[in-house]
Amino acid sequence: MIRTFIRNNYAKVREINKRYAYPEIEMSGWVKFALLSLRLYLILLVCLLLYKFITLL
Amino acid sequence: MKILPRLFYQYRRIMKALQLFLLISGPGIIVMVADNDAGGITTYAATGAKYGYHLIWVIIILIPVCYYVQEMTVRLGAVTKRGHAEAIFSGFGPFWGWFSLIDLLIVNWLTMISEFIGMTSSLNIFGVPAYLTVICVCVLMGIMILNGTYWTWEKITLLFCAANLIYIPGAFMVHPSVSSIMHNGIVPNFPGGMTNDLMFFLMANIGTTIAPWMLFFQQSAVVDKPLHEKDIPMGRVDTMVGSLLTGITAVFILILTGTVLNGVNIDDAAQASLMLMKTNEYVGTFMAIGLFDAGLLGAVCISLASSWAFGEVFGWAHSLNYKIKEAPWFYANYFFSLVTAGMVVLIPNAPLVLITLFVQVIAVTLLPAALVFLVLLLNNKKTMGEYTNTLTQNIVNIGIVVIIIVISTFYGISTLFPDMFK
Repeated sequence: MIRTFIRNNYAKVREINKRYAYPEIEMSGWVKFALLSLRLYLILLVCLLLYKFITLL
Repeated sequence: MKILPRLFYQYRRIMKALQLFLLISGPGIIVMVADNDAGGITTYAATGAKYGYHLIWVIIILIPVCYYVQEMTVRLGAVTKRGHAEAIFSGFGPFWGWFSLIDLLIVNWLTMISEFIGMTSSLNIFGVPAYLTVICVCVLMGIMILNGTYWTWEKITLLFCAANLIYIPGAFMVHPSVSSIMHNGIVPNFPGGMTNDLMFFLMANIGTTIAPWMLFFQQSAVVDKPLHEKDIPMGRVDTMVGSLLTGITAVFILILTGTVLNGVNIDDAAQASLMLMKTNEYVGTFMAIGLFDAGLLGAVCISLASSWAFGEVFGWAHSLNYKIKEAPWFYANYFFSLVTAGMVVLIPNAPLVLITLFVQVIAVTLLPAALVFLVLLLNNKKTMGEYTNTLTQNIVNIGIVVIIIVISTFYGISTLFPDMFK
């Protein structure tokens, strides 16, 4: 039953990935810049979280 | 002689506009009042107790900030007929879509725990054990959504929103000095200079203004209601009324604690209720009831925001207009997050303070992304057409988004590293 559940959901996730594979937003310079900034921001936050976790241990 | 027909015409016009407003209002008022959730009430109570009336001006400035951000979700939802999660998937692809959805699920679940902490601690004042509060809340929230229509749910929730105004009579009962409020509160000032403590309180107040779930909730609610393009003007009025209500409530909390507990350091709103009870039993009781109501409203909206988001992306039936049999996964998701969050509060020695702090940190990973996506989606002429952001809207919205991102990030980091700004 669990295996069926996982298999069905895996198929669903793949279907979702396929459905949204091509972003609707036109990737202009500003959009690319905003998305790149977001990635960098998130990397910085993850680094801070890891630092906090390591220093806590 | 023509005055009477004119007056009658104006009267009919106003009545029609009022009827239309009553029909369309809901998502904006609910999301804004629910923004004053258990965490928000604690922040405002602590701010009032620490700085008296001095930071009222901050709350007043935050009223239009709330409006401008949430108004974008009304337009996006009404035009695209998509919730925010689905809009991110289709706009930016699976990577950002999954990131937002999973992050939303985690943030919402953790925030719901903090709502349960608020509810249990408020009813604990009246001797109600935590397990009974959790059971009653789950049953009440079940009854609210199982009646099968969005309309009924919305009207019940609006009643709880009205209960959130309980702080207003509470503030009047402690006889605050109006001249002192006008003199110290309305004019921008930094009591005691720009100290680290003040900085933290400013960040906390601004940080609680916009939460990620609010964007997802209002857009999904606009789609579920449903609002159409022609309803956008009234949707704006709904959002404006909501932001005014949330601001007014926050101001009265500051006045209440600023009058009675001025100069006292308080850790949570339940503690403030107990302290207020020593001065005036009714006012303390109002504070505790308000805290419970705030937690309940927050929990209702947050659990729905998650369920709507998952329903949109997974293609499940996801509307309050469906019965359980018609939308089993939507309701399963709602009850699962609700019950599990409630159960965490009942675990003996659970790290509840750590969870409350962790909410802020996780929220700053999602909020900037959700806000940036919102602005970019509102600039997509292909889908938004005549409702695309104008230059003025872009200047205002981008300015607000940048300020919120910077301040909430600092707030999140200061939670992670408390000594960083000292």
